[in-house]
Amino acid sequence: MNSAGIIAVFMAALIFPGIILRTKSIASGRKGPGIFQPYKDISVLLKKGSIFSTTTGTIFQIAPAITLASLLCAAFFIPFGKYGALISFDGDFIFFSYIIALGRFFSIIAALDTGSSFEGMGANREAFFSMLLEPAFFILMASFAMATGYTSFTDIFINFYLSGNNFMLIFGLLGIFVFLQTAMVENCRLPVDDPKTHLELTMIHEVMILDNSGFDKALIHLGTYLKFALYGLLIFNLAVPPAWTLPVQIACFLVIQVVLAVIVGLIESFRARNKMNKNPKYILTISGVAWIAFIVILLVGERFIN
Amino acid sequence: MAFSAIIKAGLLCIPALIFLVPKSWKYLLTLILVLAGAVLTMIWSIPLLTDFTNTVGTKIIPLVSEGKLVLTIDRLSAFFIFVINLTVITGILYAYGYLKPYRNSKSNIQLSIHYFSYLLLHYSMLLVVMLRDGLAFLIAWEIMAVSSFALVIFDAEDKATLKTGIRYLVQMHIGMFFLLMAFLIAGKETGTVGFDSVGTYFSSHPNFGLFLLFFIGFGIKAGFLFLHTWLPDAHPAAPSHVSGVMSGVMIKMGIYGILRVVFQVQNDFLSIGLTILIVSILSGILGVMMAIMQHDIKRLLAYHSIENIGIIGIGTGLGVIGLAIQNPFLIITGFGGGLLHVLNHSLFKSLLFFSAGTVYQATHTRNIEHLGGLAKKMPWTALFFLIGSLAICGLPPFNGFISEYLIYIGMFRSLAHSSMYQSIILISTIVALSLIGGLAIFCFTKAFGIIFLGEARTTKADEATEARFTSILPQFIPVLFIISIGLLSAWFAQPVFSIVQEATPHPETIILTTPVLEDLRSINFAGGIFIGLVILILLYRQRHLKSRHIAYEPTWGCGYTAVTPKQQYTATSFVYNYNHLAKPLLQTRKIMEEIREDEIFPEKRTFVSHSEDLIRKYLADKPANWLLSLLKRIAAMQTGKIQHYILYAFLFMLLVLILTYLKIL
Repeated sequence: MNSAGIIAVFMAALIFPGIILRTKSIASGRKGPGIFQPYKDISVLLKKGSIFSTTTGTIFQIAPAITLASLLCAAFFIPFGKYGALISFDGDFIFFSYIIALGRFFSIIAALDTGSSFEGMGANREAFFSMLLEPAFFILMASFAMATGYTSFTDIFINFYLSGNNFMLIFGLLGIFVFLQTAMVENCRLPVDDPKTHLELTMIHEVMILDNSGFDKALIHLGTYLKFALYGLLIFNLAVPPAWTLPVQIACFLVIQVVLAVIVGLIESFRARNKMNKNPKYILTISGVAWIAFIVILLVGERFIN
Repeated sequence: MAFSAIIKAGLLCIPALIFLVPKSWKYLLTLILVLAGAVLTMIWSIPLLTDFTNTVGTKIIPLVSEGKLVLTIDRLSAFFIFVINLTVITGILYAYGYLKPYRNSKSNIQLSIHYFSYLLLHYSMLLVVMLRDGLAFLIAWEIMAVSSFALVIFDAEDKATLKTGIRYLVQMHIGMFFLLMAFLIAGKETGTVGFDSVGTYFSSHPNFGLFLLFFIGFGIKAGFLFLHTWLPDAHPAAPSHVSGVMSGVMIKMGIYGILRVVFQVQNDFLSIGLTILIVSILSGILGVMMAIMQHDIKRLLAYHSIENIGIIGIGTGLGVIGLAIQNPFLIITGFGGGLLHVLNHSLFKSLLFFSAGTVYQATHTRNIEHLGGLAKKMPWTALFFLIGSLAICGLPPFNGFISEYLIYIGMFRSLAHSSMYQSIILISTIVALSLIGGLAIFCFTKAFGIIFLGEARTTKADEATEARFTSILPQFIPVLFIISIGLLSAWFAQPVFSIVQEATPHPETIILTTPVLEDLRSINFAGGIFIGLVILILLYRQRHLKSRHIAYEPTWGCGYTAVTPKQQYTATSFVYNYNHLAKPLLQTRKIMEEIREDEIFPEKRTFVSHSEDLIRKYLADKPANWLLSLLKRIAAMQTGKIQHYILYAFLFMLLVLILTYLKIL
């Protein structure tokens, strides 16, 4: 049953992008595509040939594969409720965060490989913003480790609500907020980046992949869907106590994924993108919220004073 | 007895042969002597590192038949011997190709001095980690400083290099002064000067003061922030194989010294641990922050040494805090992670310096703004630099991740039962470490991307060719170790843990290492899965692309078709938004002349942006300049006229007279 986590990630990745798309189309009064449209797009991309820039070299060719592999590898660490992850060890979330960073490293240098100033701009922003985001995840995980006394995704989530302290709920909510925001920034969604913008100067993620086509672009899209699903499942694990029975958990899982996707879709429909130079402040605020979670833990654990 | 003394004296003279043999033999002789030294010391140290039972103890080798001068090798020394030999051997192998262009341009004696100093540096570093007697240690320490000075000024024709070298020599002696003071204070009680008397002193006095003296003395060598001001100049000035050895192992001698002292500390653990930790966090963050602003590739790497010394220091500081709060897990992972990072950093940093040196030889520039597109022209060098970059950023499945993981996991595990203050310390350190990781990625995507990717920005870069295999082959040694530490971590972590167990006897630490080693195996397994996934996807991709139409076109310019390499993103533009955020700390200045309104046809102008090391400015340059101007003013007395000197003598006698009269003297 340890593979429940990874199956759930793939499930979430399957429906998540479609629901966002559908929500956005409904919110803007369009008829819109079906929820599997993103995957139809991918199958179209797979049928197409590829164009490579003459400037690019090996890095550009291998980077999409490495990025996708890093995200797939990260999926091995995600548990599903009480069913632990496929690979679980103390500090697995450190590996999780760093392997995603490895994928990011390659997507950044792949963008620089094209020699395009637009893509350089995207590469720079991706590197800069994700660097600012880095502490938020670690503060949150440290607070989890402090609250539960465990240091792996599986153990943390299993023991999260076991203490019976209702204040953990506040903590859980803060955690969900941070994970959601992290997912938004990591995936370059609003309000940090607008995936549907039409001006290269204002993009982050999209501008990095201007020169990718065909198979590689399909891999990149799959990677983004997977990344969203990873965070979606982390949020699910935080929100649903593992003591609940499997059918209830599956139902909760589906509801949470749909709700999350709808929230993302609604945010994208009704919010404008931040001004680019306001983004650092916005991202650092996420770390600020994570700090609050830490303070909550100090309070809950009655660790003040001593 | 006399006969063996003669043999020993004779052995000591062999290195001097470097001066006598013809030019073409010098390299070979140095290589043989380096290998001889390495083999001899490895025979002594390997048994200590591979036997994990607690009974190994220390190995003592008497140097002189009578007297107390002995070489003492415990596990800590053995570990450093391994690190030293590995990088020094790679360095000398790499030097063969690197020094080739110099073989004709440099004179016989210059080359002799260079090779001799290299050998001396190797031997003196080995002696530093084996000698316990204070005086002998300081002599070895001094030989290390002087020989590395001789190596730094290899290009002494360049005035700037010479100036840098002298600056380095001066700062090393400031450190030496602190060490001498510390050893003498410790030795005053026991009558003997050496590391053993430090332990005796620590058992009967407050430890913090003496530790601080040692920390400053060793810290100058290690390049901790505030003590680092020699480092960013000396590394770029030296030839690349020397920078690799200096940054890879020589600065670690400072870490060795600090560890040697820390392992003997008896009280004041918390204040000592916090001092190390805070200085290290600042080194880590500010080191990488300043590195990002550098456009000189070797200077950038030099600032990264400060960052990595910070990471090693974070591990060490946590270990000491673990001793303070009696947390065996933090002890073992803190010290263990720090020590493993010593080995890791020596590997990837020397690799980065070597590949940067190859780039320099191919393009004759260290300014990354003039490079670009080298990956296609120098594929091996690009691969080495990439592996080094990934490892230095602490990314799995490479070795940097393993040591950072150990440091992280110690902190995360200790959070559960920590008090408020402890948890604040731990969580701040976690944040610092993650921020360092993020900044390092920012820095190395920039460095690798601008140097090796895109189009060549100048003709220098355009005409570059890959180095000869003599420069390529030696770099496989660090690569091999980087990957094997990343994928067979437990093999390397176990000796490191046994060092900590020996140095800080704590009954629980032996039991605690087993689960950590188990976790490391899981990490290696996950790393293996990742590599497997990459290979699978790439194989599928290749099969898939075979049946599809592939076209090659210029990079899409968003409608603009006359794109030139000059329009690429530069290193300066890559750090623009970062610079905006970090400005208060880094003080970047732009030097440019505005275009005046009455200028109808503007003339040629230059624009220079420059980032300043504030710490260096206020801690080293300003005081030095102040001292200089003071001395210059005093020098006004030196008029060269005999009458004035007689007047001075007269005034002095008058002063003595008055003081005696007033009974002050």
